Amino acid sequence: MSDGSTFLEVLGSAGSNKYELIKVLQAAQNEFSYIPASAAEEISEKMNIPVSEIYGVITFYRQFTLIRPGKHIIKVCEGTACHVADSKRLSGYIADLLSVSPGETTADGLFTLSSVACLGCCSLAPAMMIDGFVYGRLDEVQIKEIIENIRKGEK
Amino acid sequence: MRILVGASSCGISAGALNVVSALERALAKKGKSSLKVETTGCIGMCFAEPLVEIRENGSSRFYAGVSPEDAELIAAEDICLKEPIERLLIDPDEFLKRQTRIVLRNCGRVVPSDIDDCIKYGDSYKALEKALSEKFFGEGIISEIRKSGLRGRGGGGFPTHLKWSAARNAAGNKKYIVCNADEGDPGAFMDRSVLESDPHSVIEGIIIAGAAIGAHNGIIYLRAEYPLAVERMKQAVSQAEKRGFLGENIMKSGFSFNIAIKEGAGAFVCGEETALIASLEGRRGMPEIRPPYPAEKGVFGCPTCINNVETLANVPWIILNGGEKFASIGTPASKGAKVFAVAGKAAKSGLVEIEMGTKLSDVVFGICGGVKDGGKFKAVQLGGPSGGCLSSEFLDVPLDYESVGKTGAIMGSGGMVVLDESSCMVDIAKYFLSFTQAESCGKCSFCRIGSKKMLELLNDIMEGKVGKESLDELQNLAESVKRASLCGLGQSAPNPVLTSLKYFKEEYLAHIEFKRHSDVCRKIGKFSIVSAKCRKCGLCMKKCPVNAICKTAEGAYVIDADICVKCGQCAESCAFKAISRS
Ligand SMILES: Cc1cc2nc3c(=O)[nH]c(=O)nc-3n(C[C@H](O)[C@H](O)[C@H](O)COP(=O)(O)O)c2cc1C
Ligand code: FES
Repeated sequence: MSDGSTFLEVLGSAGSNKYELIKVLQAAQNEFSYIPASAAEEISEKMNIPVSEIYGVITFYRQFTLIRPGKHIIKVCEGTACHVADSKRLSGYIADLLSVSPGETTADGLFTLSSVACLGCCSLAPAMMIDGFVYGRLDEVQIKEIIENIRKGEK
Repeated sequence: MRILVGASSCGISAGALNVVSALERALAKKGKSSLKVETTGCIGMCFAEPLVEIRENGSSRFYAGVSPEDAELIAAEDICLKEPIERLLIDPDEFLKRQTRIVLRNCGRVVPSDIDDCIKYGDSYKALEKALSEKFFGEGIISEIRKSGLRGRGGGGFPTHLKWSAARNAAGNKKYIVCNADEGDPGAFMDRSVLESDPHSVIEGIIIAGAAIGAHNGIIYLRAEYPLAVERMKQAVSQAEKRGFLGENIMKSGFSFNIAIKEGAGAFVCGEETALIASLEGRRGMPEIRPPYPAEKGVFGCPTCINNVETLANVPWIILNGGEKFASIGTPASKGAKVFAVAGKAAKSGLVEIEMGTKLSDVVFGICGGVKDGGKFKAVQLGGPSGGCLSSEFLDVPLDYESVGKTGAIMGSGGMVVLDESSCMVDIAKYFLSFTQAESCGKCSFCRIGSKKMLELLNDIMEGKVGKESLDELQNLAESVKRASLCGLGQSAPNPVLTSLKYFKEEYLAHIEFKRHSDVCRKIGKFSIVSAKCRKCGLCMKKCPVNAICKTAEGAYVIDADICVKCGQCAESCAFKAISRS
């Protein structure tokens, strides 16, 4: 959810204000979909924060990743409502469908399978989010359709 | 006539936007494109999404579970011919009548993206005008909040006026109001819904809090997984700025106030006050020992008052209607109403706001229609990872801070997950513990190592690897972690285990003794195919989600116990009942 500013703009306006570190990292994550090592180094230099401290922050928060993810990120909800609606089964199904384990990216770089603690759509459990859109009341048939549709759109 | 479609996150994912465009298309076809289709927030009936409301002559009718095809019908028959479609109508009173809607007063009623609509139909910023008057400004506001008896809705239940007084009296020129919108309880969505459906009430509450403590800066710390809430809040803040409700010299009162929105970066512990402050300062969200309390030394070293979304959304109502009116609702110690997010196996899941002291059963069975799909009620989980599961014995418990606290569960922020007989209580306890264990920041050893040890022990219990004595060990460990952890996360992480040990001990024993205890846990026992009954249709193999069933060279089907996750789908699908569980 950036307000349109690029990573370099946000970094520029942060100056050496350490308080802005998370905002700068969010800008980088938004722009690159992960935090490249070069970005961390650039932040360190411009903001005068040790790289180790920056990695400390990156690894603390779920939002930041150090690995380039696939083009579409599938976040299967693991919240309570989804858990009791057997979301584990669905993530297992997606893992099989895409032949990846949770956290991994498909060989074609199209999908990354990850999870989220709750999407706030608990009344539509089980739910998942792909590219910011929440799909609810899921079952295997629908998941297959959704994923196939995205695949088709890529061809 | 107004045509409104509920379009919060839940509505949208149920297909609300497709319904909007279907309505628009159908109206255009009928030459009625002058009729606007508006999008409102969530009225709380999430079970009935997508929801279309036709508002006319002071009354409303609601269409539930509307598909794009239904939408065309509604446009053609109801809107154009004035012939409501009975079979799609739903009576909202069944769900809404027994509620006391204070925080949710505007949710689903106003158009959240339109400040004029919120002002006209939701009384937005009326309370602000009152609060900024000479009679109220500062102490007067706090005194009204004291009279109301409002307590923090973020989980702690701390009296709001005390927090505000402390921040008001703290030394320092620059002070902050922080709205805690980090809603971390997995399975709760009260705050999301309010932020999306009635953003101006939250903003108004923040400004009034600022006027009360003498702060000129507000920060909304918003959970990153709520993109729509972020978008709506940003929009609402900029609208309020344009109208002069935010900025310099608000309503010519001489008072100035600004709000910034900060997105969280995804860490449950950042809902805790001191961790939240660390996160706002760009650091790892590690809690710190209090004192100093945020009221003395908070964000950027300045006195800070941190309040939950729901707490703040109550404030304009209290200022407008008076503290006494608020105090007349609820129980002697717990005033007002509380929002619960009911989910799980409830027949009607959604948002419910009830007077404090309402019986648990009135919510679960009265308003939410009991258990869905004819299931049997087993328990209700209150308070998420910091709370506990209550069995049917507790259905009479009044929902207020004291009564719920006595059971060992907590009111928490309002997550209420209904569980039926298909849920295993040990699994639920393990689920929450895995969550808190993973979210532990690692600063103090009791939480970091204790929660890990507890989880290992629970795993062993679930797999039947340890004996009865392990339950005492688990209990001891849980009590130590509760007592010795640094922050609320560790102190409450053992609650799901402790309450389930107290109320569902037989389920722990069933795992230990590895016996089948009614249907408590699918993880108990082993699935196998009874060759005498098997007709070799192969359906089970197709159904198995983990490919644990294979065909032998002789044409028989067998289940590989190492791969099997005991989901039971094969047994359900078998027409010949050839799959047994032992
Ligand atoms: C681990 C942990 C997570 C918390 N998460 C939240 C949260 O998501 N939202 C919230 O308002 N309060 C949360 N709290 C409670 C806050 O620390 C704080 O008490 C609350 O925001 C105060 O506001 P109130 O007085 O209006 O309730 C959490 C506390 C702990 C210990
Ligand atoms: S539990 Fe999955 S959306 Fe909340």
